[in-house]
Amino acid sequence: MIMGQQKPIRAILDMLAPYDKIVLAGCHGCVTVCRAGGQKEVEILGSAIRLAREAEGRPIEIREVTLERQCDPEYVETMRPYVQDYQAVLSIACGAGVQFVAEKYQTTPVLPGLDTTFIGVTEKQGIWAERCQACGDCVLHLTGGICPVARCSKSLFNGPCGGTTAEGRCEVSKDIPCGWMLIIERLRNLNMLDNYRKILPMKGWRTSRDGGPRRIVREDLTQ
Amino acid sequence: MKSASRLERVLTEGHFAVTTECGPPRGAEPGVIRKKGELLKGFVDAINVTDNQTSVVRMSSIASCVILKELGFDPIVQMVTRDRNRIALQSDILGAAALGMNNLLCLSGDHQTFGDDPEAKNVFDLDSIQLIQLVKRMRDEGVFPSGKKIEGPPKFFIGAASNPFAEPFEIRPLRLAKKVEAGVDFIQTQCIYNLDRFEKFMDEVRKLGLHKEVKILAGVTPLKSAGMAKFMKKNVAGMDVPDAVVKRLADAPKEQQPEVGIQICVESIARLRQIEGIAGVHIMAIEWEQKVPEIVERAGLLPRPQV
Repeated sequence: MIMGQQKPIRAILDMLAPYDKIVLAGCHGCVTVCRAGGQKEVEILGSAIRLAREAEGRPIEIREVTLERQCDPEYVETMRPYVQDYQAVLSIACGAGVQFVAEKYQTTPVLPGLDTTFIGVTEKQGIWAERCQACGDCVLHLTGGICPVARCSKSLFNGPCGGTTAEGRCEVSKDIPCGWMLIIERLRNLNMLDNYRKILPMKGWRTSRDGGPRRIVREDLTQ
Repeated sequence: MKSASRLERVLTEGHFAVTTECGPPRGAEPGVIRKKGELLKGFVDAINVTDNQTSVVRMSSIASCVILKELGFDPIVQMVTRDRNRIALQSDILGAAALGMNNLLCLSGDHQTFGDDPEAKNVFDLDSIQLIQLVKRMRDEGVFPSGKKIEGPPKFFIGAASNPFAEPFEIRPLRLAKKVEAGVDFIQTQCIYNLDRFEKFMDEVRKLGLHKEVKILAGVTPLKSAGMAKFMKKNVAGMDVPDAVVKRLADAPKEQQPEVGIQICVESIARLRQIEGIAGVHIMAIEWEQKVPEIVERAGLLPRPQV
């Protein structure tokens, strides 16, 4: 899922300073699962903003709403009947959601309440970690199901570099397991260590962000 | 010969090579490099100049190497893939060759979080092994990765690093094999303090026959003090400093410790020379370049061959 983290309340209040009537929009998608932008977070953040603004002597009116998904047009459309009555939308969806809402409501400022962080997994309750960088050309079949782009701090295709620590950690931080150590361990367990002997060639990054903003068109579905 | 490299000639003629490393200054003053170079004249076969090591900004490796070239050295340009994409790499490879450089050490580079600019965006378009492939293809086939022909291909003697001491140990000879397959001509290793473990690494290297395909220069770094030994043991990833080495330094009075450090280094070189498949030594005296002549002399590596 796409992970997000709420911006510091101070930063959110600064963004909201020009406004006194806003929509606070959550999303029932990924950010609900990672407990950053779902209905519950809308309620908590809404209260925090109201309290802070009351304390400043500048009360704010907030309409709280949580869309099914902010990245699908039919759900974003559900805000149309009331959006023009508000000065701004504070979205706590991912960056895609924020932009899609902005795209649909051209005359309303849309503000990001989250920092979108990565595509990842719930390792356990309260701990999420990155797994994919959406480079557009998956090599997981060659690397034992562990991604060198996302899991190696240098995105090396022929690691590990010389910086792996005695504990099998990355030179960047003891909290980061060496991605290549994981790849090698896994290849060994799968009896596929021969994969390691092959040099992975220079990667084409065009399928990644480097080719410009990406788009998928499925003719069979657009009809 | 693949290049006009002096180091290539020294190694091809079967001499035990001596290289050293010179950290460029954190400023635009060329005199710093000249001074370091003057100290080393006649004592080494080639000098590496690091490329923003530990991600701390310094004078560029290519520019520093040009200064050393003016003093009569045939320096080794270090090039990391951290800061340049394949376009910049190709361009700098051509530029370095045009400025008379003959040796290129291909590295991925320390992560930018170690340096003064941890907020920098890194590149890592290629890794070190892919960089070796790139330089070799430019040299031997005379083409860019795009397949387009190069007018006047750059002729480099191609180097790379190897760290026998980083986890996972058993994979390190295999990774060296990949560098050999990619086309590397010489290897300079990480600093060696644990000679027992290095000998085991070399056993594996010989089993794979790699020592016959690539010239391996064993890396050494003289320790200035017990404090430096402890620091490297504890803080430098992929560094193996045995307790016995730390103790030997710590047992000496403070003012004697530099001398003990030099002595350990000289003894290490003597032992490394005995290992089958070791073609030379790479002395990395970190901000202690003035001690290199003494180390080379005491190790019995003078005079350097005239090639």
